[in-house]
Amino acid sequence: MAFGPFLLLALMEGMVTAAVLSLAAVGLSLVFGVMRVVNVAHGEFFMLGAVIAWFVTGMIPGPPWLAFLAALAIAPLLVGALAAAADGLILKRLNYDPEATIVATIGLMYMIQQAALTFYGPDARPVLAPFEWRVQLPWFGTSGYKFFVVGAAILLLLAVWQLMTRTKAGLVMRATQVDRDTARAFGINVDRVYMGTFALGAGLAAAAAVLVVPISQAHYLMGHDPLLLSFIVVIIGGLGSLRGTVIAALIIGLSDGVISMFFSPTLAKILATLLVAMVLVFRPQGLFGART
Amino acid sequence: MSRALVLHLAVLAALLAAGLMLPSYHTTNLARILVLATFATGYNLAFGYTGLLSLGHAMFFAAGMYAAGLPAWHWGWSAAPALLLGTAAGGAMALAAGLLALRTAGVSFMIVTLMFAQAFALTLLYFNSWTGGDEGFVIPATARNLFGLSLSADTPRFVIAWAMFAIGLLAALALVRSRFGRVMVALRENEERARMLGINPFAAKLRVLVISGFYAGAAGAAYALLFGYAGASFAGTQYSILPMLYVLLGGAGTVLGGVLGAGLMFYLTEVASSLTDAWMFVIGAVLVGLVLFAPKGILGWLRGKFWRGLP
Repeated sequence: MAFGPFLLLALMEGMVTAAVLSLAAVGLSLVFGVMRVVNVAHGEFFMLGAVIAWFVTGMIPGPPWLAFLAALAIAPLLVGALAAAADGLILKRLNYDPEATIVATIGLMYMIQQAALTFYGPDARPVLAPFEWRVQLPWFGTSGYKFFVVGAAILLLLAVWQLMTRTKAGLVMRATQVDRDTARAFGINVDRVYMGTFALGAGLAAAAAVLVVPISQAHYLMGHDPLLLSFIVVIIGGLGSLRGTVIAALIIGLSDGVISMFFSPTLAKILATLLVAMVLVFRPQGLFGART
Repeated sequence: MSRALVLHLAVLAALLAAGLMLPSYHTTNLARILVLATFATGYNLAFGYTGLLSLGHAMFFAAGMYAAGLPAWHWGWSAAPALLLGTAAGGAMALAAGLLALRTAGVSFMIVTLMFAQAFALTLLYFNSWTGGDEGFVIPATARNLFGLSLSADTPRFVIAWAMFAIGLLAALALVRSRFGRVMVALRENEERARMLGINPFAAKLRVLVISGFYAGAAGAAYALLFGYAGASFAGTQYSILPMLYVLLGGAGTVLGGVLGAGLMFYLTEVASSLTDAWMFVIGAVLVGLVLFAPKGILGWLRGKFWRGLP
């Protein structure tokens, strides 16, 4: 193949990464923005989404698309419920102290990983895509499901956008983000907002995982890379800024695709991690965030 | 001699006696615990005393491990210079990382150190033809010899680990009881007030981080030479979490917290893995339980209750 088609292939792979990443990262960013909690267990919520998708698609008979849709509905709900429980049982009792919550979510990460290893096992297992549709380009063929992933991610992101900007719940979340004490003084139940935000963030990670699992397989250690990349995206995009997060996910996803294709995936990750460290050191508000 | 010094010397003597008299299974365990305890003691200087919550200490540990292991593997260095180079590498790495990371504080500092450590671990994998990558490499037997003592035998291995830990522990005790030790605590408690008193926070924190890096580097180098293996898994996030876990369990801001936490955690994982293979669950549950119910750790609790002067 010539350079052009190679680049096209890299960009298409990058688009899929960017779509999945923006969902997971928006979840992480919401949690950080509203609650000021750095959730290290976010990658495990992602992994749980994929693992639950494997269980659900195995249990539900009928056509693949039906089982897949069921997984897409059930996995985020279950993971969201788990996150809400973790918030009520652990984070709330720590008073959302930033450093203590990081340590606690590290503990949560280990516990979830072990649970997945014990109940699901160490193997990577595939989940059937909801449909088989092959797109044949002049130079190479690719699975049409990848376009579906990008489309579904865009729809979900628009839904989050609507939720945050057009609904009462979003207004309440934004009010809590700006000033938790004043929000409480106005009669907002901040505890419930936090619990809901944490569940929503985890649910988005789980949804992203369900979307990507037919391409990548479910494995108990699969949460590591999404966590790292989500961190990178959220920090480059500016902590707590949704628009910045999506832009950063596009940049990181596409450049990850291109660098991985032409050089090596490891090199791509080294560059991205160093970039994010430098951004935090020299431009802590993120590349797209406004200085506050 | 002060009561504190007597206590620390007694702990060291008890550890030495235990290592020499217990069956060889425990001697090997103790050697491993003391190497990890050296790592944790250094971590405690940064985290417990100065309030620098780093998630990147695996990078200093691995720097020591590879700086000792690679010359031994590629050029047949012997243990003494390898150990020195490893210690220096830990400090140098901490200096380089600290110069950048200490421009941030709190949560940003945690993430920046985590990212640096991640980049370092990936770099080890990237140059896998030279570092052995994921599989790591075995340290040649010729290098595992310090002043005529074979490091692959149980008792000499334990004695070397104990000696390193003893030096580290007494140095830490002297450090925290010195004037600079008070500066460290002042920075943890209130950085602005410390600055007002004429302390340069950046320089002081950098110094602590480099000292902490020396401990981590020495521990990493010793781990490679004593147990004969170096691998990229030691650069992973888990090896940044472990010293934090030990210190939180034993007591952040106590000199003996690192060794107490390392010992307890080691045997707790041993017991847990004989009952179930869910050792990760144990680590996670202990972490969550500690931040929820005992944020000061065992010795921190004892200090609050019985002995306010415990260093």
